[in-house]
Amino acid sequence: MPKLEEKPRIFLEEYRLKNAANDYGMADEKWNFKKFAKNFRIVIVRLDKFEMEFDLIGIQPAFANAFRRLMLSEVPSMAIEKVMITNNTSIIQDEVLAHRLGLIPLKADPRLFEYRPEDATEGTEFDTLEFSLKVKCTTNKSQPKDSYRTEDLYENHSVYSSQIKWHPIGNQTSVYKETDIGPVHGDILISKMRPGHELDLHLIAVKGIGKDHAKFSPVATASYRLLPEVTLTREIRGGQASILQSCFSPGVIGIDSDGKAFVKDARYDTCSRNVYRYEDIKDAVILSRVRNHFIFNVESVGAMPPNVIFVEAVKILRDKCKSLLDELNNF
Amino acid sequence: MKISELPGDEESGLTCRTYVFQDESHTLGNALKCLINRYDDVDFCGYTVPHPAESKMHFRIQTKDTPALEILKRGLKDLQKVCDHTIDMFEKEVKEFNKT
Repeated sequence: MPKLEEKPRIFLEEYRLKNAANDYGMADEKWNFKKFAKNFRIVIVRLDKFEMEFDLIGIQPAFANAFRRLMLSEVPSMAIEKVMITNNTSIIQDEVLAHRLGLIPLKADPRLFEYRPEDATEGTEFDTLEFSLKVKCTTNKSQPKDSYRTEDLYENHSVYSSQIKWHPIGNQTSVYKETDIGPVHGDILISKMRPGHELDLHLIAVKGIGKDHAKFSPVATASYRLLPEVTLTREIRGGQASILQSCFSPGVIGIDSDGKAFVKDARYDTCSRNVYRYEDIKDAVILSRVRNHFIFNVESVGAMPPNVIFVEAVKILRDKCKSLLDELNNF
Repeated sequence: MKISELPGDEESGLTCRTYVFQDESHTLGNALKCLINRYDDVDFCGYTVPHPAESKMHFRIQTKDTPALEILKRGLKDLQKVCDHTIDMFEKEVKEFNKT
């Protein structure tokens, strides 16, 4: 690991940023792949089905930003694109209903599907998923007396995403299990109805990318930030120590048994400049961020785990370069 | 075709060119620009998305004496290498993480 002093930093001073964007080192350094590969490190901090936190250390901001942009707008996912409305007597308008349905996250691995050709009128088993939603609200015949609760009075007064039914086409029954396809969450409220209201819809889901419509984005958020650092330049004790502690996010500053303040863990600091409000301690603190240490947060919408989304994003950039190179070779 | 050349540089040799990329934007433009700018033999490299409603990206390269086309190819190759390296390392780390 490089010594602290060797890390490139950006300093958050009271009224300015020192070493900001283009006035220091990194941008002028000559490109050398070997050097990049030697310094580049990845650390996975947290990973589960929906969320992930990882560090890219020793990378250019341009690459980090490219990966983030790719995850948001160029990694594909499946979403409802067309809604055939046979009957809609609920109070929610056709177009609003169709839009709501489009935003429901679907669990279907987009890597197993193809893009639907633009001129295709009929979907095939390789590029389309079909669903139906048929719900009718009625009065509950067996309602308890004197009850005014809607769930007692009516049946189907709330339409949830779990009521969407999948209709396999072609050989889809043999390829996918019933549990593989459908909305990620069953408790998404689509519409509220009263007796006499009825929905009869045919839904068609296709593969798309976030650039075309945000509903196709496979991530809820994908963001990065620079690693914060807090350095104390002199000893701080007693009352001043607790003031110092209150200036930062919980867990950043610790106070030991002697009442002396120390930096426990600056990683989750929000980097507010609260300390600079206190004349007596502001000279004791240096706030900085490490310029080439990117903390990524990726939150999947549910179709693919977040680590897969990141790999897909980088693959898209690689394939882009590859196809452009092929084209340039015949230029 | 995804790439074409912007007219205007025919008289000035092979060392300066503006390429037009269809359906590309800042994602590729900025990453590639930052990489190519750090080559020794490059005088200038920059990109622009001339109009937000057109999905086009203009990419300008000026060099000392290497042909601009060669620089662009080298840039794409290097970017591809960076991606491959990132994927390899990331998958290794995920495997490691899942073990523990």
